[in-house]
Amino acid sequence: MGNTQIEFRNVSFRYQEDMPWVLKDVSFTINNNEWVAMIGHNGSGKSTIAKLMNGLLFPQEGEILVDGQQVTASSVWDIRRKVGMVFQNPDNQFVGTTVRDDVAFGMENHGMARDLMLKRITESLEAVGMNGYERHEPHRLSGGQKQRVAIASVLAVSPQYIILDEATAMLDPKGRKEIMETIREVQSARDLSLVTITHDLLEVTQADRVIVMNGGEIWMEGTPRELFRKKEQLIEIGLDTPFVSKLAEELKGAGLPLTREPLNHQELLEELWTFHSTR
Amino acid sequence: MDISFDKVSYTYQPNTPFEHRALDEVSFKINSGAYVAVIGHTGSGKSTLIQHLNGLLQPTSGEVKVGEYHLKANEKNKQLRNLREQVGVVFQYPEHQLFEETVAKDIAFGPQNFGVPQEEIHRRTREAVKATQIHEDLLERSPFDLSGGQMRRVAISGVLAMDPRVLVLDEPTAGLDPNGQKEIMQMFHRLHKDKQLTTILVTHSMEDALAYADHIVILNQGEVYMEGAPLEIFKQQQALEDVQLDVPEVIQFVTKVREQLGVELEYTGQSIAELAKELTRIVKGDRVYE
Amino acid sequence: MSNSMIIGQYIPGDSFVHRLDPRSKIAIIFFFVIIVFFANSVMSYGLLALFAIGSAATSRIPLTYIMKGLKPVWFLVIFTFLLHLIVTKQGEVLVSILGWEIYEEGLIQGAAISLRFFLLIMVTSLLTFTTTPIEITDAIEELLGPLKKVNFPVHELALMMSISLRFIPTLMQETEKISKAQASRGVDFRTGSFKDRVKAVIPLLVPLFVSAFKRAEELAMAMEARGYQGGEGRTKLRELHLGKSDVYLYIMFILLVIGLFLTRS
Repeated sequence: MGNTQIEFRNVSFRYQEDMPWVLKDVSFTINNNEWVAMIGHNGSGKSTIAKLMNGLLFPQEGEILVDGQQVTASSVWDIRRKVGMVFQNPDNQFVGTTVRDDVAFGMENHGMARDLMLKRITESLEAVGMNGYERHEPHRLSGGQKQRVAIASVLAVSPQYIILDEATAMLDPKGRKEIMETIREVQSARDLSLVTITHDLLEVTQADRVIVMNGGEIWMEGTPRELFRKKEQLIEIGLDTPFVSKLAEELKGAGLPLTREPLNHQELLEELWTFHSTR
Repeated sequence: MDISFDKVSYTYQPNTPFEHRALDEVSFKINSGAYVAVIGHTGSGKSTLIQHLNGLLQPTSGEVKVGEYHLKANEKNKQLRNLREQVGVVFQYPEHQLFEETVAKDIAFGPQNFGVPQEEIHRRTREAVKATQIHEDLLERSPFDLSGGQMRRVAISGVLAMDPRVLVLDEPTAGLDPNGQKEIMQMFHRLHKDKQLTTILVTHSMEDALAYADHIVILNQGEVYMEGAPLEIFKQQQALEDVQLDVPEVIQFVTKVREQLGVELEYTGQSIAELAKELTRIVKGDRVYE
Repeated sequence: MSNSMIIGQYIPGDSFVHRLDPRSKIAIIFFFVIIVFFANSVMSYGLLALFAIGSAATSRIPLTYIMKGLKPVWFLVIFTFLLHLIVTKQGEVLVSILGWEIYEEGLIQGAAISLRFFLLIMVTSLLTFTTTPIEITDAIEELLGPLKKVNFPVHELALMMSISLRFIPTLMQETEKISKAQASRGVDFRTGSFKDRVKAVIPLLVPLFVSAFKRAEELAMAMEARGYQGGEGRTKLRELHLGKSDVYLYIMFILLVIGLFLTRS
């Protein structure tokens, strides 16, 4: 049984020697089939982690292993086939002149046969609900649609890991919903791990695990439920909590002893229902 | 300044195969000093609408009135300059418009174009950076050396330095982190009150519309779909869902409580703390009375 | 609006000319440009015109579009026509107006040159009407293929062209956006002296460059993340196929060449 995980071992990184460290002694593991959300305010180092994961940057100290293989200048092309990335700006990652050309771009780079490409284009566009758009040019697509194409392009080379680096930040709520649905479907249908770097608290609640970055260090690692229990500390490092957590906190303050930290409306409603019906 | 749209239509590339009607007989009024949120999906006509407010676009038919300025189809308005000085527009991702060597020069660019005297520009610059919380030390730096968030604030300062009476904000917080979003929205709210501005906010955020606006206009496919006070608008959850718009989360939750717990609860602008107290009273109160 | 933007002049269609391999189209136009200069009789010009008009008709591109395409060069055509009319002093004098004598040979030469112009522009614009820019890029990459042997960066050139094509609409939208933002800050792009207008362009150009560089940087990173490492070992999705239509085209063209040399005087 091989190692199927991304592992950061005591990684430190800075952009230039005379500049401060962006990451300081960071260690964590992304497991097989897991969805990990990474949050932190701007400048906390979370985007740097994304770039280190597929060899767009290399650490000065420590090491990064993908499926047991160290990320180095010589292994980087293998790594990039395993670790796919979707960036923030929908426009600046669309390489092809049409949707199908863009989906093909990664496959062309990896020297895949044309027959396979045609098959994969159909499959991956279907997976993100963009079939029928093969011949569309990017300027005729919405931001959300472009991001779905970007996800399809990554899926087409069938990676083990997909990193979404603030992939929903520039989208409107509708586009954001589209992407989140797409991601959820893709993750449940395929055998892959997801790392979503985000500001969106609703995205965080859906992940299996959260890593909170602050000042280049891991501030906390745990489940979303554990995270939102630490409201005050989160606010101190410039992060917010979702509406449900805020309300739950106030309810506790007002004298309702909630049994667990609710993550969504339904969970809080159930708690309220218990109080309401135990008369 | 009072603003009114009277049956305003706008068609892009008329008489071509690409003809597209972005606004279709849009009528509404905005009173001087109001804070209006314009909501709608991408392609609903929002950005076409706001470009009429400072004469970047001229209606294909109908009439736009902004204070004493009138914009009509096929009629050149000779006072466009004055209109643009009065109506400041903060576009989406306004940091993309920065170009000068220093922050100070970029902020001064607008007022300079409108012939504001140097002294006055200095005064306004200081006032603007104070409002946007840019440190004065940054004034002599190149705007391109700043962080994204700082660049946004510089660009906003440049619009504020024009000392407009009407402020048009096109998704001013897009792409910022939650903290930055909150700071920017609060800043505009403060300015709105302190300077008695007429503010028009284009947004996707129902939460912001609820928190700051006193009037909401909802556009759908180039037409005014709904219009009214925020609390009134958000009572019509079904109508909003029909055009794929949400109501603010707090209202969604209150509705669920009412329906699923079968209790009387209405959202009337309570804070989260007030809501918590009310909820506690409801769920515990039942026990007391029965 | 963004939906309506067309790059170049491509008009979608499924005609005989649309279906031709872009390499064939480029090659035929190349040779057509050469043989046009061999025509010297009414019959030979007639044959060339027949070929050009025939191609235009099979392409099912509305005549109005082709005429519109000719618009920018009308001036040039009339100018060269007049030039020949005035300068050439051979043959009989046809008329004399206000002391200007117009010779027979001048009229003939002027007409011939103008006709050549028209024919050339017509066939080249047929290429851009019926071929997407990306097909043209693919064809150029293929046609220049042999130059790879002398280390000419054919793949890079083609990639550069296709990325430029991809980003033209994006940059056009951006230009519009920035110019509106600056107009809102009181810049007047339309009136004022020449110097004023040049000055007005700076607030437009600087942001455009800044954003283009930023895009380029991000795009390069996205390409790298997706495993791009140059043309080596790369496969291609886009394939060009020579089909039956291309064979017909070549036969027609050979017949044209034969006809042309038979009708030369």
